[in-house]
Amino acid sequence: MKGMTIIVKTISSWVKVLIVLFGIYIILFGHLTPGGGFAGGVILASSYLLIMLAFGREFVQKDLPLALDSKLDCLGALLFAMIAVLGLVLCDKIFFANFLYQEYLPGKAFDLISAGTIPLSNIAIGLKVGASLFLVIFLLSTFRRDTSVNR
Amino acid sequence: MYIFYVLLIFIIIAAIIAIETKNLLSAVICIGALGFGASLMFLFLRAPDIAITQIVVEVLGLIILIRSTISRDLTFISGDKEFFGTVISIVIIFVIFLAGVKVFETMPDFGTAIFAQVSEGASQTYIKEGLQNTGAANIVSSVILDYRAYDTLGETTVLFTCIIGATVILRKKAKKLLEEPDL
Repeated sequence: MKGMTIIVKTISSWVKVLIVLFGIYIILFGHLTPGGGFAGGVILASSYLLIMLAFGREFVQKDLPLALDSKLDCLGALLFAMIAVLGLVLCDKIFFANFLYQEYLPGKAFDLISAGTIPLSNIAIGLKVGASLFLVIFLLSTFRRDTSVNR
Repeated sequence: MYIFYVLLIFIIIAAIIAIETKNLLSAVICIGALGFGASLMFLFLRAPDIAITQIVVEVLGLIILIRSTISRDLTFISGDKEFFGTVISIVIIFVIFLAGVKVFETMPDFGTAIFAQVSEGASQTYIKEGLQNTGAANIVSSVILDYRAYDTLGETTVLFTCIIGATVILRKKAKKLLEEPDL
C-alpha cells in the first residue's frame, strides 16, 4: 500500500506530533488528572494507526519494526511485574506495596513527582498497552489481506 | 437528569438499528454512535477517566471495523433468520432480563451514593484515606494502581496472553506478506 493522497499525508504528519504529545501527557499526569496508563497507551497506538493509514504499512514497518514492538510489549509487562516484586522485597513483604511513597520518596501531593510507584506503573502500563494494541492492529490488517487473496 | 433518559433512548435506538440493518457499514456506524453516547453518559455522570478510555477505544475500534468492512465485497447481509435460533435467543434474553430485575432491586436509587446503605464499605476508606495512603491526587489511579493493583496485573496478563496467541498464529503470514510487493 502506497498510502493516501498528499493532503492526508501532510496533515497527518503535523497532527501525529500532537497526538503523541497528548498520549505522553495523559500517561505522565495519570496520578493527577483523569486518564492513566490504559487511555494514554491507546492514544499512542492510535497515532501509529494514523501514520499506518496515511503512509502505508512499509513506512511504519521501517519506523517501528514488529520485533521492536513485541520487545516494547514485553518490557512494559516486565516493568510492571518488577514494581510488584520490588514492593515484595523492599517493603514489609507485601506484593504491590507502594515502597517509594512509604519509605524512600514521599513527595508532596499534587506534584508531578509524587505518589511513589503509581507514575512508574502508569508508564509501564502505557508502554505495554500501546505496543500490544498496535501489534494487534498490524497483525489483523495483514491477516485480512491474506484471506482476501486466497478467496 | 433528563439528559440520561435522552442518551439512553438514543443508545437503545442505535443498538436496535445496528442489529436490524442489512448494510454492514451502517451497522458499524451505529455501533460508533452507541459508544459515543455511552462516553457522553460517563462524562455527565462525572467519571472523566472512564469517558476518556471509552472514547479512545471507540475511535480505535471504529477505525478497524470500518477498514475491515469497506474493503470486503460482502457488505450486505441477505437471507432470513432461523426460527429456532430466534426463539432460543429470545428465551435466554428474557431469563437474563428477569435476573437483571432481581439485581437492580437491591441497588440504591439513581443519584444516591452506595454508602448511604452500606456505611462501612471499602469505598469510604478509599475516599477518606486515599490521599494519605498513596499520595495520588487522582483517586481512580490510586485505587487501580495501589489498592487494587493485583486486578490491574491480571488485566495486563490477559492482554499479554492475547498478544502472544495472535502473534504466534499470524506472524508467519505477516512476514511473508511484508516481503511481497503491496498494492
